[in-house]
Amino acid sequence: MSAMSTSRPMKWLLAVWIGTVLVFLYLPMAAIALASFSRQRYFRFPIPRFDTRWYEDAFTSLSVRDLLWTSLTVAAIVTVISVVLAFLGALAFARYDWKGRSVYQKLLLLPIFFPQAVLGLALLLWYSALGIPTSWMTAVFAHLVWILPIATLVISIQVYGFNPAWEEAARDLGASRWQVFREVTLPILWPGIFSGALFSFLLSWGNFPLSLFTTGADSTIPEWLYSKMVSGYTPLVPTLGTLTVVGAALLLLGAYTVIMLVRRSRQARATAEG
Amino acid sequence: MALDTDARSLESELEDSGHARRAQAGGAAARLGAWVKQPGPLLGGPLMLFLALGFVGPLLLVAAFSLIPPKTFDLSGGWTTQNYVDIVTESYWISFAWSFGLAAVTVVCLLAVCYPLAYAMTKVFGRAASLLTLLLVIPLFVSENIRLFGWVLSLVKGGVLPGAADLWLGIDISGLLYTVPAIVLGLVYVYLPFMLFPMVLGLSMVPDRLREAAIDLGASRWQLFREVELPLAMPGILIGCLLTFILALGSLAESKILGGSVVVMIADDIESAFTFAQNWPKGAALSVLLMVLAGGLIFAVLSRLDLDKILGRG
Repeated sequence: MSAMSTSRPMKWLLAVWIGTVLVFLYLPMAAIALASFSRQRYFRFPIPRFDTRWYEDAFTSLSVRDLLWTSLTVAAIVTVISVVLAFLGALAFARYDWKGRSVYQKLLLLPIFFPQAVLGLALLLWYSALGIPTSWMTAVFAHLVWILPIATLVISIQVYGFNPAWEEAARDLGASRWQVFREVTLPILWPGIFSGALFSFLLSWGNFPLSLFTTGADSTIPEWLYSKMVSGYTPLVPTLGTLTVVGAALLLLGAYTVIMLVRRSRQARATAEG
Repeated sequence: MALDTDARSLESELEDSGHARRAQAGGAAARLGAWVKQPGPLLGGPLMLFLALGFVGPLLLVAAFSLIPPKTFDLSGGWTTQNYVDIVTESYWISFAWSFGLAAVTVVCLLAVCYPLAYAMTKVFGRAASLLTLLLVIPLFVSENIRLFGWVLSLVKGGVLPGAADLWLGIDISGLLYTVPAIVLGLVYVYLPFMLFPMVLGLSMVPDRLREAAIDLGASRWQLFREVELPLAMPGILIGCLLTFILALGSLAESKILGGSVVVMIADDIESAFTFAQNWPKGAALSVLLMVLAGGLIFAVLSRLDLDKILGRG
């Protein structure tokens, strides 16, 4: 219906454009994947000989295991804290009308717009003034400053579509507050909370500018990759890079499948009941 | 979750008592107390407290640091504007100019790249939209420097693109990396989703019926774009421009990784003042200048927008 004003050649042009942009987006990742399978210590294209020995190195390396562990711990803790605070924050953002809300909404967006490298440095200054030694824990805090507003925004979009009358109806039918929350509010807002968690995890997992200044002696994968890119290139760089790309893609595809399955089963249940 | 009805009764109570005791002392405190007990401040409270500690606090500290003598490290040594004087008299305007120029070029490129894409996603290929969104989102979650490193491998002498061009076309394009266009490419590449998604949000605010009506009334494709689509999608487009401009303004990795050292951007100056030069007050002063310029721009644009309408599509 909506396609009625678009002519056929125009459609073709748009499709070609989408294809071009997708190639543009994935070319560098393809280059990294290619480099990780090259036998040579220094990358050349076309690749003379393929090999998987860098992956063997990556899987057996202890320092890689440490990096992975730090990155995972940071991202997991960030996700848990961010989902709880952002869920409450999103209700204040989109669900309730209150004096000062529009200021709250705008202030909340500021950290997203803020240059992350400068924010990282400001936090480094802040920690040193307060006498807090930097480690992966201070990085968790730093990530949250940037990720909380984004998660709040993501969940808010779901909250905007929420009708408070549903809660009232449940209460009128005799549900307790906790029951209303568990049986009505949470299931309806679940997709938003889920995407908020996903965003939090992945943005923390891939973050570099904030980690750079706030992890102290600890190191996350993006940080380590950067330090090796700048000095002391090893073929582990494209190898580990590829692994993080594949990891993020698998997580996203998995999440996408879960959402689709849940939606389908809900629809099936709705048609069976209706 | 019965909080909202409680709040409503509280509000009416507050109004009644407000009329009766307006002149009494302590009214302000009572009003503040009642305000805090509303669900909004109550639920948003923890978040605000966190951001006060993690965002406002550090920025105030940076502002304070910008006013202490150069190359000192504590706040007890008295106040001075020397750092700002230094910045103005030294050649820092060059990095500011590069940052602003490159950010502007990036925004223009992104507008041209993203508009057809956003249009296709919202108005033409509606069915494939969620899969397309997924494909466009995935790169966002891969660390920026890994993706930029992918461009290094693609553009470097003997890399994917020069290698392929040499092999199949027999032309030499080995001088691509470490140039200004390479930096712009990196900026456009990294910030593409930040322009695209606000734009998609904006374009989805254009009702199909309105477009149909315009066409029925004889509007040309250009008129449809200028008179209907553009004005209605403007809030989203503005947010996209603002977001990408500010992010590009404060970017660090693109100029470092893809630009080598042909251009020094302002975030680069800030970083080296803090790390290499060990001159925190100057780094702080540069940060403050960047913050003021960016903050002014953000407020100028955001004050014209109604977020409820854009996000809630109300």
